[in-house]
Amino acid sequence: MKVCATAGEAVAGIADGSTVLVGGFGMAGMPVHLIDALIEQGAADLTIVSNNAGNGDTGLAALLARGRVRKVICSFPRQHDSWVFDGLYRSGRIELELVPQGNLAERMRAAGAGIGAFFSPTGAGTPLAEGKETREIDGRIYVLEYPIKGDVALVGAHRADRMGNLVYRKTARNFGPVMATAAATVIVQVSEVVETGDLDPEAIVTPSIYVDRVVSVGTVAG
Amino acid sequence: MSLSKQEMAATVARDIPPGAFVNLGIGQPTLVADHLFPDAGVVLHTENGMLNMGRAATGGPEDPVDGDLTNAGKQPVTELPGSSYFDSAASFAMMRGGHLDVCVLGAFQVSAAGDLANWHTGEPDAIPAVGGAMDLAIGAKSVFVMMTLFARDGAPKLVPHCTYPLTGVGCVDRIYTDLATFELTAAGVVVRETFGITYDELAGRLEVPLRR
Repeated sequence: MKVCATAGEAVAGIADGSTVLVGGFGMAGMPVHLIDALIEQGAADLTIVSNNAGNGDTGLAALLARGRVRKVICSFPRQHDSWVFDGLYRSGRIELELVPQGNLAERMRAAGAGIGAFFSPTGAGTPLAEGKETREIDGRIYVLEYPIKGDVALVGAHRADRMGNLVYRKTARNFGPVMATAAATVIVQVSEVVETGDLDPEAIVTPSIYVDRVVSVGTVAG
Repeated sequence: MSLSKQEMAATVARDIPPGAFVNLGIGQPTLVADHLFPDAGVVLHTENGMLNMGRAATGGPEDPVDGDLTNAGKQPVTELPGSSYFDSAASFAMMRGGHLDVCVLGAFQVSAAGDLANWHTGEPDAIPAVGGAMDLAIGAKSVFVMMTLFARDGAPKLVPHCTYPLTGVGCVDRIYTDLATFELTAAGVVVRETFGITYDELAGRLEVPLRR
């Protein structure tokens, strides 16, 4: 675990073609500083896994606008301010894999927990299950879903200690804890890095074993 | 008189048992929260990771807007005593695992067999977005749909078979509309209540066989 001085240092080495898990639900929990640093860093041909596909012209939308994303795996790309994604999608310049939100979370949970695949009832009988293997279990139809594993996860948390233990704040937690388990390299932006021992061990949400790099961006309230 | 949106929301709220754990979908279903009695102890779940969600934050001194505290529609909300936060995997496990008592969803169409279509119009240039709709549709113990009974063009939204892409199969239990409330049972579509329309008029305007 490394505490980085800058967001640029934190995202160093992300390779072209990487699958990058990006936390956040809308702007809550969105690791904006890390995304800005990734734009600066220059990696291209990326697959982005995130609940949404960017808002406005900043953050994820800015990464998309620079043509650095080949594919988006998400549950809800269409929003009132998703014009960047909408334009790329309509002109066929980005690939979309649409995944129901609970399956998205569970597929990453499975990746982090070493599960080979799982049967989910969500989506059975709908267009999003077309072509997928199904099985009837106790009279109900389930769909076979495979894990989503990241090369990198970019996560926004509230506080980290110097070992990389994390706590989150309110609904900004969302995909952070599950993404932190599901990527080879986990990079976290926090509002504050505290001394080891200063976080209540009973309250730690992401244990240090999952975290590789932390950078303090010192912006969030509370 | 047919029901207004607020009256429909009040009709749904009346059928939510005290102490129930409930998810209200984005859009019209959020109105149901305004009609729940505070002492009924209904706990609202929001799929982005919170139980016992409070009302919308107005930005006043009592309930400041906090970017880290939003509902599934990404609007700022408030905490209540007894609120809890959890991650997305836990939130959807709660739903899929059958721990939620009721979810209330909007719909484009519901079939007589309880199939739900509410996520995609299927138009070729529409950008598909599903969010948590499919998880909610199959997860809660009871799925209530709240919608107008007829689309703007007059087409019924309670139909023999959905023509829009499905969200879930056989998942809807009750439909609350401006003109009637329906219960979908193994024996067929039962009309529980009508508003400003007779049973016979209703039966004449729908292609779905009805029962009283």
